[in-house]
Amino acid sequence: MFVAGVDVGSTTTKAAVLDENKHIRALSLVDTGANVVRAAERAFREALRQTGLEEWDISFTVGTGYGRYRVPFGNLQVTEISCHAKGACFLLPLTRTILDIGGQDTKAIRVNEHAEVKDFSMNDKCAAGTGRFLAAAAQVLGLELGALGAVAAQARKPLKITNVCTVFVEQEIMMHLARGCQVEDVLAGVHSAIAGRSVALLRRVGLEEQITFTGGVARNSGMVQALEERLKLKLNVTPESQHIGAIGAALFAWERTARGETEKETHPSGSSSIPTGGT
Amino acid sequence: MNYLIGIDVGTRMTRALLLDGQGSVRGRAERETGARLEPAVEEALQELCERAGVQPDEILYTASTGYGRYRVPFRQVQITEMTCHAVGAQRLFPGTRTVLDIGAMNSRALRIADTGRVVAFRMNDRCASGAGRFLERVARSLEVELNEVGKLSLRSQDPQPISSICAVLAESEVINHVTAGRPVEDILRGAHNSIAERLVALVRQVGAQPEITLTGGVTKNLGMVRALEERLRLPLNVSPDSAYAGALGAALLARRRWQQLVDSGAWSQRQIIEGAGPQSQCSSLSGKGRRLS
Repeated sequence: MFVAGVDVGSTTTKAAVLDENKHIRALSLVDTGANVVRAAERAFREALRQTGLEEWDISFTVGTGYGRYRVPFGNLQVTEISCHAKGACFLLPLTRTILDIGGQDTKAIRVNEHAEVKDFSMNDKCAAGTGRFLAAAAQVLGLELGALGAVAAQARKPLKITNVCTVFVEQEIMMHLARGCQVEDVLAGVHSAIAGRSVALLRRVGLEEQITFTGGVARNSGMVQALEERLKLKLNVTPESQHIGAIGAALFAWERTARGETEKETHPSGSSSIPTGGT
Repeated sequence: MNYLIGIDVGTRMTRALLLDGQGSVRGRAERETGARLEPAVEEALQELCERAGVQPDEILYTASTGYGRYRVPFRQVQITEMTCHAVGAQRLFPGTRTVLDIGAMNSRALRIADTGRVVAFRMNDRCASGAGRFLERVARSLEVELNEVGKLSLRSQDPQPISSICAVLAESEVINHVTAGRPVEDILRGAHNSIAERLVALVRQVGAQPEITLTGGVTKNLGMVRALEERLRLPLNVSPDSAYAGALGAALLARRRWQQLVDSGAWSQRQIIEGAGPQSQCSSLSGKGRRLS
């Protein structure tokens, strides 16, 4: 028996496949782009390809993320808040607080020892403090997203970024560069600014150890360091941090299957069709 | 001849305006501000003087405004945008009681008394929603030239809503609309409506009274003017010089200031004390301005 979770994020779409023992059998990642449905299919197919499974081998699929209702083959949709909580507590059972920094929103989630969500707070009104903020800064500084952490680590005199708005920060960065400031010092300032906003969000839900950092931005070591400095705490970061939502979704699928539900009974549109188009 | 200069160093454009001693506009010049402000300031002033055939020693007084007003080396005085736009708008439209200045990064609404005095003021300077930069981002993601967006938006039959206030997140919405096959003009109209909504809220906060005059660079966008008029249900004052309202106000205030100095006799005295005419003030790179209002 296999189950799948598909997390359609604003920037990337992730899929996870679990077996009957809850072992992770595949993790895939594709850019979401403009076509949410196609991204979901591509991520799902890529995960299948890694396992050598066929579509009919997957007995239940849960969709999550902002595009979850558009996952054409999903049997069930679960909010990303529940999925992140589920996934983080599965990988790191001592997790009590989760910080998820995604491409377009940032969430702080507090969970109890049963991985149940007790409180959450999110910023989805504006790009400040999200991955987009970091991506915009990287673009102005002419850096690849993957290089940000290493460059920020070289900062000697981190600058203070005073603007909150992503658009204004782009201009602020250009002014700093025009005045001859070092790229790494500017970048460290950007990381520190995001960390400041994230910590404020975490405090709103009540900080409880251990804290697990999830979402695409968790792969950025500079961000982890900036957060740890502000919180004066260590953060849990797993290699699967970007896939935690998809893993959580797959765990919900696993629970449904274990309870004996099948695809036909629960599919919202009453059809059990699996797309055959693919990419 | 005697001349006075007002220079408005904005977040996107730097605009300079030349007045003669009688208060008539004698020239205009603009440059993109860029990340380093000084080159734009120098080029704009150089072009202004060259085109009008004015020698540096004929410039008596220079007033700067805009966010880069402290970076104009040869200014005699720097004045807040608020005061300059109020004065500039009232010169363009003497019946002005409310000014809405829509810049690239900031928008501000002012209510002014018939004397030109600012009595209420509201500003959006925390984020790019409701500012020109919002439209720039949308134009970029639609691959439309910025000076085309207004005209295109007027052709819309079925405006598409843009619900994000954030200019960055609105881009994703725009891309979704494109993917869904919505026409460019409908998406653009939605973007204009979104900004207009925020601007109208700003205007209402100061207690809008007619006549309402628009100033700032975004006034060149006809689609934006229409979207605002629809929501306010009032005709709005716009002139080809609306984008120069800040620079015009600064130049008029420079003239007023100079006149005061002349009337009090301080102008000729100062030239004697400083041992140099206005010539050296123009070329001095470390000239410190005084703050006026």
